[in-house]
Order: sequence, then structure tokens, then C-alpha cells
Amino acid sequence: MLKNTPKVKLRGLFKIFGADDKSVLPHVQNGMSKEELLEKHKHVLGLQAIDVDMQAGEITVVMGLSGSGKSTLIRHLNRLIEPTAGEIVVDGEDVTQLSQADLRTLRQEKMSMVFQKFALLPHRTVQQNAAMSLEVRGMDKETQDTEARKWLERVGLGGYEDHYPSQLSGGMQQRVGIARALTANTDIMLMDEAFSALDPLIRTDMQDLLLELQLELKKTIIFITHDLDEALKLADHLVILKDGAVVQQGEPQGILLNPADPYIEDFVSDINRARVLRIRSITNPLKSKKFAGDVEADDNLESLIALSEGDTALTYRVMSDGEPIGELNMRDLVKALVPRISSTQAA
Amino acid sequence: MATYDWFFNALGLRDWCDAGTSEAPMSMADLFAETGNAVEEPFYAIPFPSLDALNEACGQITQTRDVVKGLEEGFLAIRPALRTILDPITQPLSWMLDGTLYLFTQAPWFLIMAMLLLVTWYATRSVSVMLFNAFCLSFFAFVDHFGPAMETLAVILVCTVISAIFGIPIGIAMSKSNRLQRMVIPVLDLLQTLPTFVYLIPLIFLFPIGESRLYGIAITLYAIVPIIRLTDLGIRLVDQDVIEAGNAFGMNARQKLSKVELPLALPNIMAGLNQTIMMSLAMVVIASMVTAPGLGVLVLRGIRNLELGVGLMAGICIVLLAVMLDRTSKAALSRIDRAKSKTS
Repeated sequence: MLKNTPKVKLRGLFKIFGADDKSVLPHVQNGMSKEELLEKHKHVLGLQAIDVDMQAGEITVVMGLSGSGKSTLIRHLNRLIEPTAGEIVVDGEDVTQLSQADLRTLRQEKMSMVFQKFALLPHRTVQQNAAMSLEVRGMDKETQDTEARKWLERVGLGGYEDHYPSQLSGGMQQRVGIARALTANTDIMLMDEAFSALDPLIRTDMQDLLLELQLELKKTIIFITHDLDEALKLADHLVILKDGAVVQQGEPQGILLNPADPYIEDFVSDINRARVLRIRSITNPLKSKKFAGDVEADDNLESLIALSEGDTALTYRVMSDGEPIGELNMRDLVKALVPRISSTQAA
Repeated sequence: MATYDWFFNALGLRDWCDAGTSEAPMSMADLFAETGNAVEEPFYAIPFPSLDALNEACGQITQTRDVVKGLEEGFLAIRPALRTILDPITQPLSWMLDGTLYLFTQAPWFLIMAMLLLVTWYATRSVSVMLFNAFCLSFFAFVDHFGPAMETLAVILVCTVISAIFGIPIGIAMSKSNRLQRMVIPVLDLLQTLPTFVYLIPLIFLFPIGESRLYGIAITLYAIVPIIRLTDLGIRLVDQDVIEAGNAFGMNARQKLSKVELPLALPNIMAGLNQTIMMSLAMVVIASMVTAPGLGVLVLRGIRNLELGVGLMAGICIVLLAVMLDRTSKAALSRIDRAKSKTS
């Protein structure tokens, strides 16, 4: 996958909520703050100067607290919300320029969406819900049925086809939501806090399901969440939003080790770093000759701590695909577990 | 001397007033005054400056009875134009009413009963409702009120269908446009608050007495309100998340309406239909004054001739009919609710 041709490209995206958003845009572009804009012009700043590239086949996670504009952002990709200014380029095509008919085609064929509150049709069976996207496109009944059945089976709902959504638990309802999105067979999947309404155990299950599906399907997934653990688990590319602006984006391990500002530092300080950080992220170049053993680069630190039985004197050789790529001293590992030290060291 | 002479004198209009002394026939008050038997009025009995009081002081001012007459003449003047428009439009209503009435009164009783019970079963799938309906229908027949009851039912049926045919699309349009909603709601309020007798009067002059559309329109105007309101409300209350999902999967407006909004609003629409049926029943009794057939005629006879028994018996039948219609439509509604959200 070529890194320099992103599947979805956002450039200079602004969103201001209010009656006369276009005319107050220059103020925002000149750096007026959200509070000042509300005070002086009675307009609410939704998004400002968003530049994000979303690579094909990757999971891009947009994270932020409530009110940070993350749900607004995801709704711009399929123009459920109209931007005030900026470009949204999907497969080289500017979505903001599409006619209503072309926009519908885009929504039917290129992007599917999974919602926080599931948003299933209560009067239809699970099967009919999953087939909805194809029905909208006017596919024949047989294709609808086989496709819906296939994906329901795939998300673990085989046998529930004739149930109604209200007969299912929240986790199962969201599986229907995912099956509906998968049945649409689109390259891009938008997931708006898809797992936030589920309880923690079910949420972990669903995350695993998503990662497992992703291994096989390689979709371009844009995932919105307010949960950092979830973000770190799923993200190939992590975008952190605050007050409608991107504070930091990049590879999640990098953000964890090098938070760009105090806001993100705060954010990452509560994380179980041993479980989230990978050995790869804190590997040093090979220097030593003697090693206590070999470890996989993609394992997390927790597994290494268990392996070393807490002995900080050891040094391990880090392997990736059977090749040594570096070494890791247990002392560095312990330092990496403390947010402050690791960030000052990196700076 | 009239009370308000000073007013016209002060304005210097005395000459103008006297020039136009009205030629209209004398009013009762004038007559009294002329016979000299006028009661000495106490000082505080100042009349409100109404048209009549002002007319006394100044002949140029019209009297209230002239205004009333003007209203009547105005209405009669536009009547031919209104009728050329309304006659062809409303003609099908007469046919529908006459046809249905013919069917309900001419078909043998056992056929009608069987048909009604079949419809009940189809709509409700409830044994108890069906048994109750069978009991009511048998009661009507038993006390020899089957004919009038069926006439009433036929009128209700036609008016409900007409209300649904017009009311649901109006409700949908209202839910889509805030402006239309703002315009229609006062009209609905008016139709609902206006005492029904008030709009019976113009209707009598617009449509020939004896034609069934006269009462058909009167009933429909009254009964269409709840179905419009609840269709509008039902669609506006549809979960925005689900509508957003429809949008996100690229539904067009028509698909959203038929696949999302109408099915989800159906319980509310059905509640509106139930109200429409009940209001048709209420109105069909009143509309017996403008020749609507059925049980209402018997009630009216009871009032007119003080035939207590006739009125009471008709009243009992109306109550039973009301309970019947209410139970049946509510059972149908709850069946839809159940189907919508089947819980295990």
C-alpha cells in the first residue's frame, strides 16, 4: 500500500455551526478562539483546520473527549454534516463538490457506517436489517439474502436471522450493525463510537472481532472513540482532537512515548503502559553480544516483564520475522513505564 | 335625542348625518319611542356605541341587521362560484357514501355480520374482541336497530377512509415543512374548537340538502384533525439516529419515508386513526340534523318529540358501537406495536 496516496484526505476542514457560518469563517482562520466566537458572533466552532490522511487498509482512530468534535468530524466524511470550508478527498474525488445523487451513490457504494446507538430498524428482522444497504441499492432479493446471511454468520450471529433487534442484547445488536456495514461491501467503514454503549467485556470482544475481521478484509476504517485504551488497541494511525482541532496525530506508540503537549500527557498518564507499549517501540540498536533470550518485537512489555521475572539486569534480543532488529535492556523498559521520564528523555 | 348625538355634532358631521336618514324599516325600539311609551332610562344606562346606537344618532351609520344581511348576500353571491368548484370535487364523496350505505343496508344481515367479524379477526387476531363485536352486532339486530346501526357504521367507514386518504399525506407534508406546519396548525385548531353547528350553516347553503356529501364533508372536516396531527407528530418523533442511518446508507427521500419514517410512525398514525373513527362517530350523531342517516336520526327524534325511550335505546346502541370501534381499532394498534417491537 503506497503511503503517499491516502484513501481519505482531509485538507483545511472547518466547520462552524450557526446561521451565517461562511461570513465568520475568516475570524476563525485568523485565530479567533471558540469562546470568543461564541461570545461575539453567536456561532459555535465545530472543527478547525483539520488535516488528516487516512491510509487504505488501516484503522484510523479519532480520539477526543466529548465536545471535541470527533463525531462532527466523522459525519463530514459522508457529508451527513456539510463543511464550512475545506476539502474531503476520497479516492481522489472531492466529496464536497458532489451532487446529491452522486453523494447518495458514494454513501451506498463507498462508505458504510456503524453507529453508537446501533440505529437498527426495529420493525425489521436482523436479516432484513443487515440487507438494508443492498436493498437501498436495488439489488435483487437473492443477493440481498445470501450476502446478509454470509456477514451475519461472519460476525457470529448465525441462527439469529429471524429475530428482531429488540430481542438481542446490546452487543449482538451492534454485531448486526457491523454486519449491515459489511454487507454494503464498501472500502471505507465509519464507526462512530461503535462500542461505547457496550459494557467492558463485550466491548473487548467486539474490538477483537473488529481486529480479526480487519486482518482478513483490510478495509479503511475510521473509528471514533473517547476511550484511550480502545484507541491504542485498534489504531494504526491515531488522531487526537481537542476543541475541534488536531492536537497530535501519528502512530499510537509514538504518541504514547512522545506526547506533544500537557493535554495528551494527561490523557496517556492513566494508561497501563506495560500492556499497551510494544517492545518494538522502545528497542535500542544492537550493541551487546550476550542476551538473556529472544523476544518478539510486537509483544507488549507486560509479557517481557513476566519473562524476565522482574530482573532488571537482563538484556534481550528483539526479533522481528526471525531477524534480530535490536536489543532491549530491562532498565530502559522500566523507565518507559513512567510517563514523565520517558517523555523528557525522548525530548 | 340619541346618546351619541354630541359625538357627531362635535365632529361637525350633523349635516352629513341628517342628509342620509335611513329609509330602513323601523326597529322595535323606534316603534316604542314613537308610541311615547318609552321607559325613562336611568342615567347609567348608556348604550355601548354599537352600530345600532350610532345609527340612532346618525342616519349614515349602518345598522347591525344590515351588516348581517350583507354577510348573507355576500355568501350567496360567491356561492355559485364556490359550487362550480366544489360540486365536481365532492361528487365522488356522495357516490362513496351512497354506495356504502346501499351495501350495508341491502345486503342480508348474516353476510354483513360475517364480513364485519372477518374484518375484526383480520385486524386484531383477538378472540375476545371478536366475541364482543359478535355480541354487539347481535344486540343491534335483536332490538331491531341493526339497520340504523349499519347506516351509522357505513358513514363512519367512508369518512374515516376519506380522512386517512387526505389526512396522512397532509400530515407527512407537515412533518417535512415547518412553514406548512405553522400554517396548518391554526386551521386544525379552528376545526377542532369551532362548535360543529357553526360550520354546518355554510355547508347547508353550499351543498344541496339531501345529498349525502353534505354530512360527509361535515363529518370529515371534524374527524380528519387527529389523523393529520398524529401523522405529523409520529414522523417528527422518529428516532433521529435511525434516520441518520438511512441517510448514511444513501437512502433517498422516498426510501426514507417508506422504509424508515412511516413504519416507525405507524403506532402514532394508528392512534390518530382510532381518534378519527371516534370523532366520526360523535359527528355522525350531530350530522343527523343535516340528514345523516343512522342512529343519530333516532336520537334526534327522541329530542324533538321527547320520546325518551327511543332516544335512550339509540343512545345505548351508539355507546356499544363506540366501544366496539374503539376496542377493535385499539386491538389492531397494539398488534402493530407488538409486531414492531417483539420482545422475547
